[in-house]
Amino acid sequence: MSASVTSATAAGAAVFPEKSYLDDGTTVRSWLLTHDHKRIAILYLVSVLIALFLGGIFAMVIRLELLTPGPTIIEALTYNRMFTLHGLVMIFMFMIPAIPGVFGNFFLPIMLGAKDVAFPKWNLTSWYVYLAGSSLMLWGLITGGADTGWTFYAPYSTTTSTNIAPVLIGVFVIGFSSILTGLNFIVTIHTLRAPGVTWFKMPLFVWAIYATSIIQVLATPVIGLTALLVAAEHTFGFGFFDPARGGDPILFQHLFWFYSHPAVYIMVLPAMGVISEAICAYARKNIFGYKMIAMSSLGIAFVGFFAWGHHLFTSGQSAFDAGAFGAISMLVGVFTAIKVFNWVGTLYKGSIAFTAPFAYICGFLFFLVFGGMTGVALATVSLDVHWQDTYFVVAHFHFIMVGAVIMAFLTALHYWFPKMFGRKYPENWALLAAGLIVLGFNATFIPQFLLGNAGMPRRYYEYPERFTALNVASTAGASLLAFGFVIIAIYLAIALRYGEVAGRNPWGSRGYEWDVPSPPPTENFDKVPVFTRGPHEYSDIPEELAKVGHGS
Amino acid sequence: MNELLRRMLFLPEQASTFAQDVDHLHYFVIIVTMVSSAAVGLVALGFFWKYRRRSEDQTTPFVAPTAIFEVLAVSVPLAFFLAWFAIGFRDFVKLSSPPPDAMDVYVMGKQWMWKFAYPDGPSSVGVLHVPANRPVRLLITSRDVIHSVFIPAFRVKMDAQPGRYTETWFTATKPGRYQILCTEYCGAQHSKMWGEVVVMAPEAFDEWIKEQQRGLVARADVLADESQVSIQGSLAQWGKQVAVAQGCLRCHNVSGTESATGPSWVDLYQQPTRLADGREIIADEAYLTESMMEPNVKIVAGYQPLMPNYQGKISGPEAAALVEYIKSLRSDRTQQATGGEE
Amino acid sequence: MEASATARKMTPQGWLEPPPLPHHYDTPENHQAALRFGMWLFLGTEVLLFAGIFTGYFTFRSYFPEAFDQASRHLSLFLGTLNTFLLLTSSLTVALAHYNAEHGKNRNAFWLLMASVLMGGGFLCIKAIEYHEKFVEGALPGKFFRFAEITHPGGPVFYVVYFFATGLHALHVVVGMSLLIWVAVRCWRKEFSAAYYSPVENAGLYWHLVDLVWIFLYPLLYLV
Repeated sequence: MSASVTSATAAGAAVFPEKSYLDDGTTVRSWLLTHDHKRIAILYLVSVLIALFLGGIFAMVIRLELLTPGPTIIEALTYNRMFTLHGLVMIFMFMIPAIPGVFGNFFLPIMLGAKDVAFPKWNLTSWYVYLAGSSLMLWGLITGGADTGWTFYAPYSTTTSTNIAPVLIGVFVIGFSSILTGLNFIVTIHTLRAPGVTWFKMPLFVWAIYATSIIQVLATPVIGLTALLVAAEHTFGFGFFDPARGGDPILFQHLFWFYSHPAVYIMVLPAMGVISEAICAYARKNIFGYKMIAMSSLGIAFVGFFAWGHHLFTSGQSAFDAGAFGAISMLVGVFTAIKVFNWVGTLYKGSIAFTAPFAYICGFLFFLVFGGMTGVALATVSLDVHWQDTYFVVAHFHFIMVGAVIMAFLTALHYWFPKMFGRKYPENWALLAAGLIVLGFNATFIPQFLLGNAGMPRRYYEYPERFTALNVASTAGASLLAFGFVIIAIYLAIALRYGEVAGRNPWGSRGYEWDVPSPPPTENFDKVPVFTRGPHEYSDIPEELAKVGHGS
Repeated sequence: MNELLRRMLFLPEQASTFAQDVDHLHYFVIIVTMVSSAAVGLVALGFFWKYRRRSEDQTTPFVAPTAIFEVLAVSVPLAFFLAWFAIGFRDFVKLSSPPPDAMDVYVMGKQWMWKFAYPDGPSSVGVLHVPANRPVRLLITSRDVIHSVFIPAFRVKMDAQPGRYTETWFTATKPGRYQILCTEYCGAQHSKMWGEVVVMAPEAFDEWIKEQQRGLVARADVLADESQVSIQGSLAQWGKQVAVAQGCLRCHNVSGTESATGPSWVDLYQQPTRLADGREIIADEAYLTESMMEPNVKIVAGYQPLMPNYQGKISGPEAAALVEYIKSLRSDRTQQATGGEE
Repeated sequence: MEASATARKMTPQGWLEPPPLPHHYDTPENHQAALRFGMWLFLGTEVLLFAGIFTGYFTFRSYFPEAFDQASRHLSLFLGTLNTFLLLTSSLTVALAHYNAEHGKNRNAFWLLMASVLMGGGFLCIKAIEYHEKFVEGALPGKFFRFAEITHPGGPVFYVVYFFATGLHALHVVVGMSLLIWVAVRCWRKEFSAAYYSPVENAGLYWHLVDLVWIFLYPLLYLV
């Protein structure tokens, strides 16, 4: 069931384009000082993959330590640093920048018919700011690193003897990178759409990126400020959050979660955008409810700003606050439900090819519903009293962050691999890896839901013996998951060089980005493109499938 | 049925009146979650099978949602979510409303142990005794960083915040021993900050507490499993050093004779104290802390408002140590708290 | 952000021709609109940055109303008002500079911008005087607080808010001044005209934000 209709020359074989963005300048300098959004996307790709790898190593150390109830391979302080490292690296260096920084950067202009983003130099700057912040954060973590957890709650964070100031300043700097990217994308979408690309002709990935960028721009300054306040208090003993000096630790929690809750939508909205693109391509079918999906992205962004208090249900806040935040959190769940119904509806009467990306899409759907509904369960206030700060919460957010977002990242990587690099990956190996990942993921995190039910708290270096079996099961699953990632890394690296030439549109997708060659030239288009069809439109006569677009 | 589901979901035993309600809602929510996600996954796979691509030239029809579909897609999930919210919120309000006749227990978390104190009874480290079938209200605070009292068997959890008191309550239903776990990351020994609730039959509890009140503070507890509890350092000794360094002893006496400037600390802890404005209060941990941080809010009758404000000058742990030192100053002890508390 | 001034030729009207349009924009108007919109978005992020501090201010004011009252009366109303006057006037000169640059009167714009920079510098000097006074009095944040005249609890917290808010603001004043100096240099080189003046406009917008934040800080810290 190969899904490879390759666009053909008259002779019938796919051909690698003569000049693409990849060989437009081959020096290191031409890459490090590029203004081309596609090269910047590749720079981001390399960095976020390194971050993913690092974060994964920290995760494996954590899981190995948790094989036994007592000390196993490291001591308590190291363990506490390990989960802090894992959280900070994964969230700030991978989850937040990955899909926007790689696929947003690469495809947003092309999908709008533009030749670049609004401010290409600021785009490159955002990558350097990301590197600077990441380096500072990592340096701080390595040299006497933080042991506060990525949530650095005060007053522990303001009184800990570990050196958290460079880590927090690193977080502040990385935040700037996020703001610059979001700002760039918003302006691009508003001002650089080609003629014919009206708001409701934009691909759904663009809508998702738009909603994400709004959150990035509005919410990130607050975490930046909070990180600075904690760093200042830790260094100078100021007393904003320390009650011994008149401060208020609950104020910290409000400021922190005001960003960090919308942040999860920064992570998940681009993933949803990817799925909207890929599911149409692999089902060769129009998207079921275009406006519903587009508007629900904005809905998630907007309502998501008002739900942060559900992280404070057990902090002693009033029942009124708990009620208000709980009810609002329920609303966000509805927007996600809308999307899921629409995606499944897209499969109805489609023409579906079972490829590795489609396997990831199926995984995404299951994990998003399960993870999302456990989120709704957590927002059910009385239940959260039992689950707060236990492994149930850990399982919930990993279901979304790994089960949904990383599946979507892998979908994007495989779906767009031919477009970005001009070559195909080996489908059989990809299917094998997808199976390992879905299986390994379930085996890792379902036991963690049960651990949470049983009452095992988070961030526990040692645990009561009765939790041993579930922990061992989770570690076994994690090993399987890690193995799956290793396989992907290997075959993708090989495919970069030796993969079969893909041709312009191996999937037969109707996305606008498939109209340009694979890989695209630096300028994307030689003349301003005119898009005559809507995004995600597939119901044409067969001949149209072969010559999609405007004269390639 | 309840028991079967409880075991399948790895939930702990239901040892409080609250636990059953929580678990019933839990089953409802989790079953709908599992059914929905399985349904979505299966429908996706089913659609894949039914609509798998049969040829490269295959086309697909344009399908758009009907208005009814859009309405249902919104209203069905919303109905479920709001129903869960309503039930959960109702239960949460119950959890936030301790009955007026509840027995109070002061809970103090500090790195890395739990201390419990009855208002007119003994205090203990690591082990909390409560009667079954009577409501118990926990008044919780922290001496240093944020901790959280979590009793899984009761389905009860509340953060311990420094500088203020939070409260929660429960009615235990079965005598037994139930673990307390700290559920807010608080540093190196966070994962060993455990305690235990010993639930006794009501009559047995009444006898036990009478016996405790006759004896000295902080006796070793033969009923509890102390290996589950970890204790760090000698706070009272440190408190004495702080008292000297901060100049407290210039105005407060620790040898039993009254001084002119400030009240004596001997036997001060838990002593009924008359204030200048006529109110009578008990000199508990909260009052002692408040006296350091806002000294002029409650002035003891017969003294002038001369005490300086130590807010910002004494850290959280130092304040805790001072309180422990004050608590150790009892006239029926032969030594002046050089050994202090264990 | 654009091609250097040396590559552009002087027009007969006395200003340099506008820089070439970046390749991915279709019209100069579209480019200017993008630059303007981008700047407004960035200003939005700055507003949210300060919003966090204001949240802290209102929270702690509600906890310690007497201390905030006392501490506020110990601030120099005269110096605070003088600073407000300086910033407001500098915003006026920046707006005038924008108008002049848009009409190609580059030298005027230069002097107006330098006047703003001077007033910004004055603002910072006055702030330095105020800070020095605080150091001498012991009116400092957190554990450094030694100011006996604030007798109600919460004194150290007021000064945490004060120093953080005014310090963060002062940092933005420095950034704003740097932007204005850079744009002023370009005015000296006669780069701007009706066809191209966005750097002046955007630097001006930034300066107006710096002013606006002070307009909120001043009454909250000095007046109420």
